[in-house]
Amino acid sequence: MFHRKAMSALLSIALLMVLVLAGCSSSTSSNNESASNDGDKTVIKFMHLWPEGSSKAQFTIVNDIIKQYEKDHPDVKIQTEILGNEQYKDKIKVLSASNELPDVGVTWAAGYMQPFVKGGMFASLDDVIDSNFKDQFVAGTTEAFAIDGKTYGLPLELNITPVYYNKEIFEKYNLEVPETYDEFLNVVKTLADNDVTPITLGNKDRWTGSMWYMYLADRIGGPEVLTNAINRSGSFEDPALVQAAEEIKKLVDMGGFVKGFNGLSNDEAKGYFMNEQAAMYLMATWELPNYTTSPDVTQEFKDKVGYFKFPTYEGGKGDINSYVGGPGVGLFVSEKSKVKEEAKDFVAYLVQEWGKNSVKDAGVIPATVVDTSNIELDQMYIDILNDLGTASNLTLYADVQMSSGVAQVHLDMIQSLFGGQASPKEFTKKQEQALAEEE
Amino acid sequence: MKNVMSNKWVITLYVLPALLLILILIYIPIVLTGYYGLMDWDGIGAKTFIGLDNYIELMKDKLFWNSTYHSVLLAVFSAISLIAYLVISLILASKIKGAGLLRKIYLIPMLLSSVAIAQLWLKIFDPTNGMLNKLLEMFGVENTPIWLADPNLVLYSIFIPIVWQYAGFYIIIYYAALKGVPDEIIEAAKIDGATPFQIAYKIKLPLIAPVIKVTIVLAIVGSLKYFDLIYVMTGGGPNGASEVMASYMYKEAFKTYNFGYGSAIGFALLIICLVMTWVIQKLTASKEDAGY
Repeated sequence: MFHRKAMSALLSIALLMVLVLAGCSSSTSSNNESASNDGDKTVIKFMHLWPEGSSKAQFTIVNDIIKQYEKDHPDVKIQTEILGNEQYKDKIKVLSASNELPDVGVTWAAGYMQPFVKGGMFASLDDVIDSNFKDQFVAGTTEAFAIDGKTYGLPLELNITPVYYNKEIFEKYNLEVPETYDEFLNVVKTLADNDVTPITLGNKDRWTGSMWYMYLADRIGGPEVLTNAINRSGSFEDPALVQAAEEIKKLVDMGGFVKGFNGLSNDEAKGYFMNEQAAMYLMATWELPNYTTSPDVTQEFKDKVGYFKFPTYEGGKGDINSYVGGPGVGLFVSEKSKVKEEAKDFVAYLVQEWGKNSVKDAGVIPATVVDTSNIELDQMYIDILNDLGTASNLTLYADVQMSSGVAQVHLDMIQSLFGGQASPKEFTKKQEQALAEEE
Repeated sequence: MKNVMSNKWVITLYVLPALLLILILIYIPIVLTGYYGLMDWDGIGAKTFIGLDNYIELMKDKLFWNSTYHSVLLAVFSAISLIAYLVISLILASKIKGAGLLRKIYLIPMLLSSVAIAQLWLKIFDPTNGMLNKLLEMFGVENTPIWLADPNLVLYSIFIPIVWQYAGFYIIIYYAALKGVPDEIIEAAKIDGATPFQIAYKIKLPLIAPVIKVTIVLAIVGSLKYFDLIYVMTGGGPNGASEVMASYMYKEAFKTYNFGYGSAIGFALLIICLVMTWVIQKLTASKEDAGY
């Protein structure tokens, strides 16, 4: 008796599953419809990468903006999906392969977004910029999101990359903030001689080492030399680029970088600086909250941190106000979105509000011009914002400038150069080959 | 009951849901992977059919063979460590004091996720503050190794947590199999004056041979497609020194936007795994258990 009952129950479960599976195949089309029309409300799907757990400040800003937007536009509903950085990158790729990008999402600039733009995935946002953002973006930020003269992303953040240093360690060894590269080498040597780790570097992530290389290339060969090598009006075997690689090798041989840097991630390397085991750390200004506003860091440590501009190189063409940096992430609108106009309106709104709130709430420097007159800010922010105002040049991160294939070669070669598996000559040669192959 | 089970419709209904799931989630993607492998495709734009070009290029790709070599090395390493697991299980299964506690200790790494294990071992391997190097310094080693940053060491450094991670899994399998060996046989052997070593070698091992065979297949195929711990701990670096087939496939498909080429690697990986399974089956086949 019992068996028969169990049997029929199992059978109905089996039947249900078949039905559910059969239903799967048609569910995509019905999904799309509900995406554009949820009762009377227009639904905009928005995917971003600031989970509450790891990027609370950004998460809160976005969340507040969405709430405000929905209040102002009662007929619109913003449906969010939130993923961590790496998962986001993977998922967006899978979604675009199956033509199911969210209406609004986050993208990186230049080389990263190129395949998406070429595949016709992103909508041009020139009209949004023209009607909403006259002269509001910091020069050079929207350009990074432009391909063939059209802009496909609205930048949110802007970063430059200073060298942070521990004032206490510097004082202990009577060191001054270096302004020339020779002075800098002297600092490194003094620290290394005293068994203090001069520079912490998480080169497992490779773009970290790339920033050191980019700065040396800039200071030796001027702001154009690396960019020209990448856009093929120059060569990666330019003497300045070889020289920069040689300086890296010299720095490694001096013991300038933390032990085992090629096996450390950026987060692990950061730990050395935060624990005061290393004197210097080159990283973009997205680290600023840790030295100013973050409640998780002690005031005692925050007071010890200062920053300086990457020193000038004797006989080099680059000046001290030239920075490695550029816009971080930006927002795109899907070309295939059924609610494109509404999505564009939302993106414009989000970027506007973000600009107003991000400095004081998250410590993020927005890509729009900031009016600092009536907000109270930490001194380090004000200094950085001033530096940005007087910047002579921003060189976008090399791996972002390059197409993804070449970027991988560049990053791999950075690790080999730092690890001593490739000589400076091999380093430049391999990248020249990769760039030439792509032409 | 019997009637129900012999009804063809009922059988179909039972088999169908699982079959459908397996088809949709496993077999169709496999076929698709092979198909994408024939394309020049960045994963986003238009696909171009290029025939076997990806596979031909794969045959000439040094990086691919390099990563295959690393995968095979890991497989050999795992297969060898099975011997250690077996010895541990033999000891645990004989009635020693505290066997229960030891069994739990061995099993615990299995309960952690790979990412947690990776984080744990990253801390242990940290060149300056890590437990391992601190320990070495205590014993007076001056130039402590930079485990994960040294291209000659990184692969072996990573094998250790992998072996550690799976110890519990295999020990439990062996332990269960050994517990299934009837006591009477062992009693009889003891009466005949067999030493514990003879009992293990001549009675227990032959009796659990099918299980050993299964674990060899599991260990080797598992090693060939191994990905997560390596991806989290080194990302295949430094400079490809710890790249394995699966991480290379991931890199090509998702980082370099060579989705077609990545698919070709994935398909090649599948074929290598199938061939290895077949070879192991052939090598270890005995007359009694021909075929499954």
